[in-house]
Amino acid sequence: MIDKFKSRKRTEKIFRAACFGLTFFSVLILVVLLFHITMTGHKYLSWEFLTNWPSRFPHKAGIKAGIWGTIWLISITACISIPIGVLSALFLEEYKIRGKLGKVIEINVANLAGVPSIVYGLLGLTIFVRYCGFDRSLLSGAMTLSLLIMPVIIVSSREAIKAVPDAIRFGAYALGASKYQVVFGHVLPIALPGILTGVILALSRAIGETAPLIIIGALTYISYTPESVMDEFTVLPLQIYNWASRPNEEFHYLAAGGIIVLLAVMMSMNFIAVMIRQRASKKVKL
Amino acid sequence: MTKKVKIIEFLVRGALGICALVTLITTIGIVLVLGSETIPFFEEVSITDFLFGTRWTPLLEPKSFGVLPLVSGTGMIMLGSAFIALPVGITTAVYLSEFSSLKMRAVIKPVLEVLAGIPTIVYGYFALTFITPILKIIFPQTEVFNAASGAIVVGIMVLPMVASLCDDAFQSVPKALKEGGYALGATSFEVIGQVIIPHSASRILAAFILALSRAIGETMAVTLASGANAQFTFSPLQSIQTMTAYIVQVSLGDTPQGGIEYKTCFAVGSLLFLITLTMNVVGQSILFRYRRSSK
Repeated sequence: MIDKFKSRKRTEKIFRAACFGLTFFSVLILVVLLFHITMTGHKYLSWEFLTNWPSRFPHKAGIKAGIWGTIWLISITACISIPIGVLSALFLEEYKIRGKLGKVIEINVANLAGVPSIVYGLLGLTIFVRYCGFDRSLLSGAMTLSLLIMPVIIVSSREAIKAVPDAIRFGAYALGASKYQVVFGHVLPIALPGILTGVILALSRAIGETAPLIIIGALTYISYTPESVMDEFTVLPLQIYNWASRPNEEFHYLAAGGIIVLLAVMMSMNFIAVMIRQRASKKVKL
Repeated sequence: MTKKVKIIEFLVRGALGICALVTLITTIGIVLVLGSETIPFFEEVSITDFLFGTRWTPLLEPKSFGVLPLVSGTGMIMLGSAFIALPVGITTAVYLSEFSSLKMRAVIKPVLEVLAGIPTIVYGYFALTFITPILKIIFPQTEVFNAASGAIVVGIMVLPMVASLCDDAFQSVPKALKEGGYALGATSFEVIGQVIIPHSASRILAAFILALSRAIGETMAVTLASGANAQFTFSPLQSIQTMTAYIVQVSLGDTPQGGIEYKTCFAVGSLLFLITLTMNVVGQSILFRYRRSSK
């Protein structure tokens, strides 16, 4: 009896230790990953690295084209995906349609979120690049990425809209507001911080996307900054891929330098998103 | 309501409805685009040759269109990543929901979010320049590009998803059940193994299915780390090619539109889409059923 009790205690201890250890596996991996990339990439990090064009010679190469391409691409993607995504979420949450259509759209959004990004690349290649004739332009890339992050924006915006208390809606209705006045005058402003958080996180995902852009043919040598939405472009992740896929070690260090810049941009976006979320959770209390 | 308000109301509702339709059109677009190139492909290559052939050399003479080498490559990545993501993900969830203090939770949760947010190209670089050299020290016969290092990083990549879905599942186990177990003198190991995990079994399954479907669709990490050598093998230290990496390889080359090489991309894309769609539908429907019954 006592032996049994002891062995149960021992199992319990081992189990706890295993859970603790395996959980810290993730922390360890993150630390190792960041350390490895900083160690390999820091020596190329300089002002010239940020302002030079790509080059065959590692010590002359830079990411200016990638930085400007990323800024352009993400701005256009934001202009396309935010309005459509947020309005879709408002429609699904506030104008609950009876019958099957609403449910079909809901299930559809959930499944679209799971479609591999490379499939969006094939869609963009056929529709935007070839059928619409936008070629390998910023517009094609931005439209492809917009379709890719739309489900993410819709899902997170719906959560934010759902969190708006009904009392606000009823209060507005009681004062004689019509539906669109309730939705745009009251629900949307209150849900805005939550929506913004989701949107920023979705855009930071778009910044790191590589595969769909390779499929639409954006991996080319670019040594100018884009001036219109119809220009060809390159982005940071494509530049990183280009360098990382070369056998020459020196280019691997360059790739690590690019990764540091990419991660810095993404992490500051995530930081802003978390800040907005925290401030909003303090403000609205009913 | 005045007439003006009614008109605005009608217009707003219409505009929002059109926006919501964009997602439906996207799905229809994906199916049409994939179908319109895949059907002509199967006019030239028979479906049985495609699905059961073990030689994949569409870019070399003599051309052969057996997709099994790509499927085996993808399968190895999926199994290898499952080997990491499932045990680590589920124990992380157990730790988060049962053992950790709020302070620890405040550390682990953001770490998982950051891991989930790191772009796949970064994981690819990490696999190529960090994990492969380590594998080489342990197994000297490891090739520069190999399935194992791709599988390891894909496992790390989908781990946060498994952890967060399982955490949600564990959190929703009724307190009465857990406390009942403890009141009978069970240790937390016994409560977890005999109450919590059986109670959330279907949701854990859903988490596994959704995570593996993500692993199958992963592109850049496996393209960089696992190579472009489509061979029908099950050796994790050799170079392989996944379905996604093949599509990238063709896109990087100068393949003329309309040729058979161009169409293979869409045939492989269709197969990838069908596999991931099936897994997502199964996974989502388990979660959906659960959500409805909990209301």
